[in-house]
Amino acid sequence: MNEPGYLKIISDGLWQNNPGLVQLLGLCPLLAVTTSVVNGLGLGLATTATLVCSNLSVSLIRKVVRPEIRIPVFVLIIASIVTVIELVMNAWLHDLYNILGIFIPLIVTNCNIIGRAESFASRNSADRALLDGLAMGIGFTLVLVALGGLRELFGQGTLLAHASLMFGEAARAWTLTLIPHYRGFLLAILPPGAFLGLGFLIAGKNLVDARHARRARAVTTPAAQPASAG
Amino acid sequence: MNYRQILITSVILLLFAVLGTAMVAGTWQGTHERIAANERATLLRKLSQLIPRDQYDNALLDDVTEVHAQSLGPDPVRVYRARHAGTPVALVMTVVATEGYSGPIHLLVGIRYDGTLAGVRVVAQHETPGLGDGIDEQHSNWIYQFDGRSLDNPDEKGWAVRKDGGSFDQLTGATISPRAVVKAVHASLLYYRAHRAQLFHAPATATTP
Repeated sequence: MNEPGYLKIISDGLWQNNPGLVQLLGLCPLLAVTTSVVNGLGLGLATTATLVCSNLSVSLIRKVVRPEIRIPVFVLIIASIVTVIELVMNAWLHDLYNILGIFIPLIVTNCNIIGRAESFASRNSADRALLDGLAMGIGFTLVLVALGGLRELFGQGTLLAHASLMFGEAARAWTLTLIPHYRGFLLAILPPGAFLGLGFLIAGKNLVDARHARRARAVTTPAAQPASAG
Repeated sequence: MNYRQILITSVILLLFAVLGTAMVAGTWQGTHERIAANERATLLRKLSQLIPRDQYDNALLDDVTEVHAQSLGPDPVRVYRARHAGTPVALVMTVVATEGYSGPIHLLVGIRYDGTLAGVRVVAQHETPGLGDGIDEQHSNWIYQFDGRSLDNPDEKGWAVRKDGGSFDQLTGATISPRAVVKAVHASLLYYRAHRAQLFHAPATATTP
């Protein structure tokens, strides 16, 4: 089978086929949790851990599982992994678990995870599946953090508030008050702010892509090189 | 697909179900004691913000009784009792303010033996971010104004937010959440005054989950 290269897997996850900006998968947690940088980062890391574990397991068993039962088997695996991660977080990262508590079980419903299992992990070797899980997870985390940062900044005028909940007492000093005496902009924190923020992020990505494509055309045309697919 | 194929396929599915269940069961075995200890530690940390640990010497989390009162919310109220050498020092009640803007507000109300408030903390709330969520100490200092108050300070009429003629501040742009909390705290104090002896003498029935 023709397997994608490592670089392509990484660039797909982080940019070209980013789950948050291009595939638009897993929007429910993405929109619900991103009221601050710390919340976004926490859910992003938990989702990444799930993606890596589920992609690896699905890839390892892909030759054993028959096509007729692959979806129930994937669901079983993902649900088990998420439950294990939830228990482990509750035992060893209890304070963070208390904040993200209700969103951890929701990772099961993140269609991103079964999406990667079905469209990538079940067709590729274990190392590629693992890398794909990592790249997609990090890509998703970046969008969560960017959107969280945007909403926190416009909503409260701060960045990294409550970082101590995740990184311990030392992080209490990390909170940046970028706009002092800010009265707050409630819309950014409420759900509409999530939709607007995500819209701006997607528009920003499309702008960058369009500029990139224009520049690439300008460079390649005089040299008469064939345009290669990314 | 013949019967043999169908059988093999279902056995594979069964194996994965067993495998998944075993994974979850194994992890639960390895973590459940730690999780229970974490939850007790978190609760004890919250309680000791209201009653400092050097003021009592009993096992606060095991000296619990439950009471039912309409004014303190729909659920049974857990009462943690702090004693020093057997003498009652204070208690903490898990009260629910039902009139929050977005659903119930779960409170811990700490009352010293003499009927003054040791303090109030919000355990769980879903009030509007940036407005009503100021009742939570993570977002503003609003909740600290209850420290040291009692039924005589302020008097009966004063137990309301300023907008309603009382002596408690509301929050900028949010009156409903503070109003609900003030009402629940007032109800707790009234209940305490009427039932103080019972609250401290009732045998420890409930255990901390």
